[in-house]
Amino acid sequence: MTAAIAACGLTKRYRRTQALTDCTLSIPTGRVAGLVGPNGAGKTTLLHLATGLLEPTSGTIEVLGSRPASGPAQLARVGFVAQDTPTYAGLSVADHLRMGERMNPGWDAGLARDRIGRLGLDPAKKAGKLSGGQRAQLALTLAVAKRPRLLLLDEPVASLDPLARREFLQSLMEFTAEQQISVVLSSHLVADLERVCDYLVVLVASRVRLAGEVDPLLAAHHLLTGPRRDPAALPGDWEVITASHTGRQSTLVVRSGGPVRDPAWTASPVSLEDLVLAYMTQAAGAEPGRKPILEVAR
Amino acid sequence: MNRGTVIEFHLDARSGVAPYLQLIHQVRHAMRLGLLREGDQLPTVKEVVARLAINPNTVLKAYRQLEYEGLAAARPGIGTFVTATLNGGTLAAYRPLRNDLQKWLAKARRAGLDDESIEALFQSTFRSAAEEDIA
Repeated sequence: MTAAIAACGLTKRYRRTQALTDCTLSIPTGRVAGLVGPNGAGKTTLLHLATGLLEPTSGTIEVLGSRPASGPAQLARVGFVAQDTPTYAGLSVADHLRMGERMNPGWDAGLARDRIGRLGLDPAKKAGKLSGGQRAQLALTLAVAKRPRLLLLDEPVASLDPLARREFLQSLMEFTAEQQISVVLSSHLVADLERVCDYLVVLVASRVRLAGEVDPLLAAHHLLTGPRRDPAALPGDWEVITASHTGRQSTLVVRSGGPVRDPAWTASPVSLEDLVLAYMTQAAGAEPGRKPILEVAR
Repeated sequence: MNRGTVIEFHLDARSGVAPYLQLIHQVRHAMRLGLLREGDQLPTVKEVVARLAINPNTVLKAYRQLEYEGLAAARPGIGTFVTATLNGGTLAAYRPLRNDLQKWLAKARRAGLDDESIEALFQSTFRSAAEEDIA
């Protein structure tokens, strides 16, 4: 099956800045993939490489099996909502829809009109006069009405208030269910992604630290607390992601294939946020030049 | 639109229980309480995701599990329907058990246990009983 995004050794350098380093991943289709990482980790760079707005310095990237922006057919298959869901302030809502219709061969005018109607947006209103949440919904409507097979969204809800954020994600999930599209969205806030994503990519300092299906990833990681242990004495099949010790106690986030049976440890499940933070902490503590941890769970 | 659906789902983000399991629990719970009966339609995937802002695959996973357990069946193009009725549909049948539990709770309180201790005691007894069953 073709991947939504498949990258191999993908690297992007701007003069002296390393924006993306040796990124190898394969995001399956039919998923809602979350791209998480601190600001400046390379999320926007990866999305721009996937749209074809940027060319890689080295390595390759394929989107739905083809080179990004390789022709009109490829452009029609990929929808992109850039950071802060931009619209043209001087154009009306109706102008935006007309523009979408002229520029996209597969434009679904009925869907766009229906959506604007349900949102209660006045077609004559200038986009500059809309609220942040309404502008985001307009940008989403434009991206979805072109009927893409893959929708890329860069920090779509970062600037929205909690209610607008919820409404945006509700609309996005409704479209995903209705049209069975693949979605890749980035966010620096894990809480936004917790409910909507079933695939996770963690980017830290230009490298992929973790990638895989959310449920198996959560099941394979445990938060352990127990009497202080020498890290060398831990079972060999445990991968310790983070460890902190007091005089008497050790707290670990580990990755292990099976359940933790040693009764000395109190094991609790990790949340998506715990998991992402653990890998970010690990990355922050890793010495430069160390090989990145790249995991693909199936 | 949702004239046919009987229940609405909700999610507890702090419970630590996977969202698809929460959906399954809510269906089973509603069946036990007699709120959902054979022939009732479950909310469509689109309705659930539009309400809860969750991944459609989460809902599909929950519905597939319910189908596997023989509690629901999908009718292509229409939706997912309840195909069983649990325990005669009412908890009234358990009145004697409930009375016993109430007596036990009163005894535990008289012994000076607070809510948290009662819950911990119940959980640990429940777990060790389950382990004995396996062994």
